[in-house]
Amino acid sequence: MQESESALFLAFQLVMAGDADLLEIVGLSLRVSVTAVLLSCAIGLPVGALVASQRFRGRSLVILLMNALMGLPPVVIGLLVYLQLSASGPFGWLQWLYTPTAMILAQTLLVAPIVAALSRQVLEDLHDEYSEYFDSLCLSAWSRVSTLLVDARYSLLTVSLAGFGRAIAEVGAVMIVGGNINHYTRVMTTSIALETSKGDLPMALGLGIVLLMIALIVNALVMTLRSSAERFAYA
Amino acid sequence: MPESGSAVASSPFISVTGVSVIRNDQRLLDNVSVDLGDSEFSVIMGSNGAGKSLLMRVIHGLVAPDSGRVEVAGSVNPSGVTTRLHQAMVFQKPVLLRRSVAANVDHVIDSKLKDRRLQRDSVLDEVGLLSLAKRPARLLSGGEQQRLALARALALKPSVLLLDEPTASLDPASSQLIERIVQKVHDAGCKVIFVTHDIGQARRLADDVIFMHKGQVVEHRPAGQFFDSPASDPAAAYLRGELYV
Repeated sequence: MQESESALFLAFQLVMAGDADLLEIVGLSLRVSVTAVLLSCAIGLPVGALVASQRFRGRSLVILLMNALMGLPPVVIGLLVYLQLSASGPFGWLQWLYTPTAMILAQTLLVAPIVAALSRQVLEDLHDEYSEYFDSLCLSAWSRVSTLLVDARYSLLTVSLAGFGRAIAEVGAVMIVGGNINHYTRVMTTSIALETSKGDLPMALGLGIVLLMIALIVNALVMTLRSSAERFAYA
Repeated sequence: MPESGSAVASSPFISVTGVSVIRNDQRLLDNVSVDLGDSEFSVIMGSNGAGKSLLMRVIHGLVAPDSGRVEVAGSVNPSGVTTRLHQAMVFQKPVLLRRSVAANVDHVIDSKLKDRRLQRDSVLDEVGLLSLAKRPARLLSGGEQQRLALARALALKPSVLLLDEPTASLDPASSQLIERIVQKVHDAGCKVIFVTHDIGQARRLADDVIFMHKGQVVEHRPAGQFFDSPASDPAAAYLRGELYV
């Protein structure tokens, strides 16, 4: 109880004082996760829309794979990226290992399947509603995809939010490929793991509270956007 | 004896020959043959499940027949693609995009920005929705939504306009408005094929009537003849408001 109180107090102190270390960690966490989510959306949304709007042989298998990939353990992704980027790996020459770029890559590989699978589910319902209209216009596959993506934009915000939640809270992959290097690749989750292992629980809890606050703020923003869209019948 | 393909003029513009659609061993369309001219206002009538909407979808190329063929302007289009490029269809329940009224029309117009705006405003004006151009389409009333679907179809500048019970769930005033617009489009030279249950509406609009029963065209005659002396028992019963089994 005492620890929780002091953690809350410390978190409040850190935020109010604009602690430089904290801001740096929070800034890097947001930069890595937001970039990874943007890249994941750029990959996952068109894939989800394409699978939702097209009928082809092996489609059920593709959907099964997409759904299965949602459950990929972050440490496995981290290990795979590590093997590719390590000095002896095929992409070692890029020298991305233990850099924020490697962390973005790992999180993108983690989040893109989530975005693709969830958007496929959302867009398939919309496609069922629009399919006769699309057919009557003889729309091409890409026109269908772009129409679906535009019309489901507010639902897809929720999908990207799920991806952001996964990315910002993820620790295993960024720890392996980022190395948790102070002032370079240290993000909130790896800091929390480190402080916990050092026994500095108030600091770990303080960072955890900041992480929760970020998640709350982002969720509130997206919910506000969605509810205003629903009010104007665009969602 | 079915009386089909007899109501139309010289050279048919749309020719449906021996079309059957079979689903789960049921013949939803059973060897349907009908010829339609390029200028008549053709109305398809029949009780629920007669195959009216399905026949319209086959003509539009949305459903491929299991046998038979559809010719439009002399060319056979098994895939329906070429057919659909010259046709536009309005569904019973309008499918509207989650966008504004104007953006819904823009979606089907393939032209430069300025031309697009002119074309869009012109069709919206035609259906009386220009003042609502910026409103979200889904906030329109049922009648307005159907007029928007009609505007979008007209924006395609079709030579054939197919309407599948467009006034089925509308009040009389909205139905009348739709009828007036469709009649005007027909007067401007567009071939119209219209599915309806409403006998009064069919009397007002039709040049020729195709009457369907259990997946077959049992009658196709000029409207006056059809309403004055229906030649088949199912059509006669339908016009009397009786159930024909």
